Amino acid sequence: MSPSGALLRAAWGDPRGRAGALVLAAIAAVAVVGPALLPDPALQFDPVNGANLPPGPAHWLGTDALGRDLLSRVVSGARVSLAVAVIAVALSVSVGAAVGLVSGYLGGAADAALMRLVDGALAIPRLFLLLLVLAAAERLALPVLILLIGTTGWFATARLVRGEVLRLREETYVRAAEALGAARRRVIFRHLLPNTLGPLLVAATLGVGDVILLEAGLSFLGLGVQPPTPSWGGMILDAKPVLVQAPWAGIFPGLAIVATVLAANLFGDALRDAVDPRSA
Amino acid sequence: MSRVLEVENLRVSFPSAGGERFLAVDGVSFTLDRGETLALVGESGCGKSVTSLALLRLVPSPGRIESGSAIRLGETDVLALQGEALRRIRGRRVGMIFQDPMTSLNPVFTVGDQIAEGVRAHFPVSRREARERSLRLLQEVGIPDPAARLDAYPHQLSGGMRQRVMIAIALSAEPEILVADEPTTALDVTVQAQILEVLDRLRASRGMAVLLITHDLGIVAGRADRVAVMYAGQIVEEAPTASLFARPSHPYTQGLFASVPRITGPVRRLTPISGSVPAPTAWPSGCRFRPRCPQAFARSEVMPPLLPVGPGHRMRCWLAEEPTAP
Repeated sequence: MSPSGALLRAAWGDPRGRAGALVLAAIAAVAVVGPALLPDPALQFDPVNGANLPPGPAHWLGTDALGRDLLSRVVSGARVSLAVAVIAVALSVSVGAAVGLVSGYLGGAADAALMRLVDGALAIPRLFLLLLVLAAAERLALPVLILLIGTTGWFATARLVRGEVLRLREETYVRAAEALGAARRRVIFRHLLPNTLGPLLVAATLGVGDVILLEAGLSFLGLGVQPPTPSWGGMILDAKPVLVQAPWAGIFPGLAIVATVLAANLFGDALRDAVDPRSA
Repeated sequence: MSRVLEVENLRVSFPSAGGERFLAVDGVSFTLDRGETLALVGESGCGKSVTSLALLRLVPSPGRIESGSAIRLGETDVLALQGEALRRIRGRRVGMIFQDPMTSLNPVFTVGDQIAEGVRAHFPVSRREARERSLRLLQEVGIPDPAARLDAYPHQLSGGMRQRVMIAIALSAEPEILVADEPTTALDVTVQAQILEVLDRLRASRGMAVLLITHDLGIVAGRADRVAVMYAGQIVEEAPTASLFARPSHPYTQGLFASVPRITGPVRRLTPISGSVPAPTAWPSGCRFRPRCPQAFARSEVMPPLLPVGPGHRMRCWLAEEPTAP
């Protein structure tokens, strides 16, 4: 069995990892097929008769201040929040891995320049950086939001990968590959990258939890995903004025956030222990 | 015999903690002919591994090959090569086997993938063809059930099997020279003999030249045509194997032989060489073995050149000229 297969199997064998993976898989499945099975919340606009209904047989999770079915909105929000998290994390992990690999393998001036850039970027809190850009722009399209979150999240990953590469570079098999006439690009992508997959997978999984929280926070401030596109953070913002009459409008999206982030973190912790048993 | 490798006045330097550069390899010269085995013998730190890495310009940074050095592979001037031209001789002209088969294989790829990598780095062949060549190479290095081993990961193989795989990898681009850096040090004694047997068989069948780097005189005896003994970055004695074993001449070589236990002959105490190899930053002036040499005399304060002591037999010691010196 390949080492990355062994890693996933070890994480699956850990009860935390299994619970996290199952919950994440369930949420992802709901996000993919759910919106097709439920009424479109955008068509349920009924603020006069249908607003703020409590959970019941007609609306399992109740309705919000505009009369939209909360279950439909939470499920549609799952699709948006997960898509933002997965795409943004894929982006930041790819950029971080590429920068870390190049920096660690080439060393010298390129390494010094890239790492000073990372040092500088890490000195500015990510949230402030995002708030600055988002506050300056009027309304941002969803792809631009994803791009912004993705390009501000790779600095720590670059650090991590560079550290791994510095260690791996001393391995005899890297020298053996060079002695065999393997091209530099090949040494980087075939010999170094696969050996950093373990830590990268951990960083990506934990990153998903972080980004879901970050996006929810930005949307709650009205700077993230823009209405009418449903997102969990935006739904809590919508629920704020009616929190006393209709607490369910804030509680259910909140629970969705907690469950997803918890599951991602549990799975990430199990993966981390599988990668490095000493950290357990 | 055709000459496949010529190393002349090779000098490799590294920076010390203080920033000054010191020579880890200082004026090493040797040649290698087709089908020949040359053993490079010495203690750890004598510069033998750095010498072997220099052949393919793989000296790790910040080490550097000093100007005035020359390395020629047939007609190719290795020190003049750059980029793609340099990559093309690595593996193709010279194949390398490293000491520790546990760490020389990439843990995340199958054995077959890693052999095929060498094939595909140098020949424009399809995946299928590379896999077939890998299978033949595994057969050639004597791995039982090679078809099944092709898809094994390194951790599923024993040390001896892994070293055979390393040899197959080194052979994958059909080099004319095989450099084996302590190929058996990490292995059991019984496996050592098998690996040396494989190397010798391949040398004969492929007409390769072998540069065997070792600290173990026992390995040298039956395998090498010639021996070069290194001490403190220099070759101190070089001779045909039979001549060296019959008449070790340099006091350092004699010290090495005196510290190896013998199975035949009368039981006697081993005589270790006193002291230890000085660090390259603290080499004495004159003969570098002088502080540890029981036969050092006045002339030892000047560095001796390699002086003849017999046919093809030379040593870096003034005793070659004054055998009766005190």
